[in-house]
Amino acid sequence: MEIRRISAERITNTVRQLFIDCNYYIGDDIMNALKTARGSEESEVGKSVLSQIIENDEIAAAEQIPLCQDTGMAVLFVEYGDKVVVTDGSFEDAVQEGVRRAYEDGYLRKSVVSDPVFDRINTKDNTPAIIHTRIVPGDKIKITAGGKGFGSENMSAVKMLTPSYGVEGVRDFVLDTVRRAGPNPCPPIVVGVGIGGTFERCAQLAKKATFRRIDTHNPDARYAALEDELLGRINKMGFGPAGLGGSTSAIGVNIETSPTHIAGMPVAVNICCHAARHKSAEV
Amino acid sequence: MKKITLPLTDEQISTLKAGDSVLLTGTMITGRDAAHKRLFELAQNGEPLPVEIGGETIYYVGPAPAKPGYAVGPAGPTSSYRMDKYAPTLLDMGLKGMVGKGARNAEVIDAIVRNHAVYFAAIGGAAALIAKSIKKTEPICYEDLGTESVRRYTVEDFPCIVAVDCEGNNIYESEARKYNRE
Repeated sequence: MEIRRISAERITNTVRQLFIDCNYYIGDDIMNALKTARGSEESEVGKSVLSQIIENDEIAAAEQIPLCQDTGMAVLFVEYGDKVVVTDGSFEDAVQEGVRRAYEDGYLRKSVVSDPVFDRINTKDNTPAIIHTRIVPGDKIKITAGGKGFGSENMSAVKMLTPSYGVEGVRDFVLDTVRRAGPNPCPPIVVGVGIGGTFERCAQLAKKATFRRIDTHNPDARYAALEDELLGRINKMGFGPAGLGGSTSAIGVNIETSPTHIAGMPVAVNICCHAARHKSAEV
Repeated sequence: MKKITLPLTDEQISTLKAGDSVLLTGTMITGRDAAHKRLFELAQNGEPLPVEIGGETIYYVGPAPAKPGYAVGPAGPTSSYRMDKYAPTLLDMGLKGMVGKGARNAEVIDAIVRNHAVYFAAIGGAAALIAKSIKKTEPICYEDLGTESVRRYTVEDFPCIVAVDCEGNNIYESEARKYNRE
């Protein structure tokens, strides 16, 4: 395969557009799930909340404004083809510039502080973005981008389970994490679960799971069944839309897995609000 | 749907019951994490605050930038529990109303009852919709905090629900229990 050259400007423009689009236009999988939930929701207040969320997302798309004021910390999953070379600049700089332009040009909120503990001074352009890169064979770059709000991010958790916990341990940890989050993470939520790998890999998988469409299942039937079971059990908790009570506390549970060590079974639960925003593009 | 005029009066607060859907009209101030930390530290040191909070309602919000032609950008509530450390002090100084989302701790609920105040919940993630009810915003202080600065919002029919009333009734407790099927 020939080496393919892509300009840094093209990557910047692609990233800019992905972040603007994901903040203005909710995915049709989420919109469909919200409308279905409105039909089945037991609580009248819950139904009204779902209607307002649907109306909100329609306003955002029609007026081209962010659907939530928390336009998130910018997170990207990149599959970088090993035959691609970025000309006139570095890939990293091109991505960060795309984020900078999206948050400025798109009227998105800048929510990043430079130092986490002491200074906490806003970087004023929402950089740096979190970039997860995997080198893959090929001459394309696939970019999935999402703005991750922190109301739900703060409710997430990682636990180093060990093999004897089995599937019961996974189930209990997911449900405990969702129960502890309660009304806070802007339900109905999307739950991303990462199982396996190492401490950091399971957290990354959990984030990746929140970036998967909620009308898809894990390809392994056992995990697909677990996704459905967990969704059903979360919706029996009663938190409901906006946490104001009801039978719709979640609209999706996505599980991603990875091989792991003989001594381990790490599990991460990344909680996402109903504004589960992500878009993909290939360059 | 009850129509409520801001600033809140003690009589009005007495009529509000947990679970009531209300529309707020009038003015409120804004503030979230960073502004609360500053106000709290001033109060701890007995220094005057740069904003009068007596009788006020505070909205926990950090809006997105306004597009040209808009009074404010999308402006939904942020999670209230992060302000729990600071809220009792502000309530004891005369704050009457809070607007946010999510549960509060026991200390905040005690302070609500003690001070005859109220906590309203707005719908998290309905920022574009909620912004329609915000007609005007003016700076008050801490402009260096950007989206976290303290501003005065003029609102008309701002939609929310009484989450904790002046008797301490809390819908985050009662409603989730009602629909729990576990």
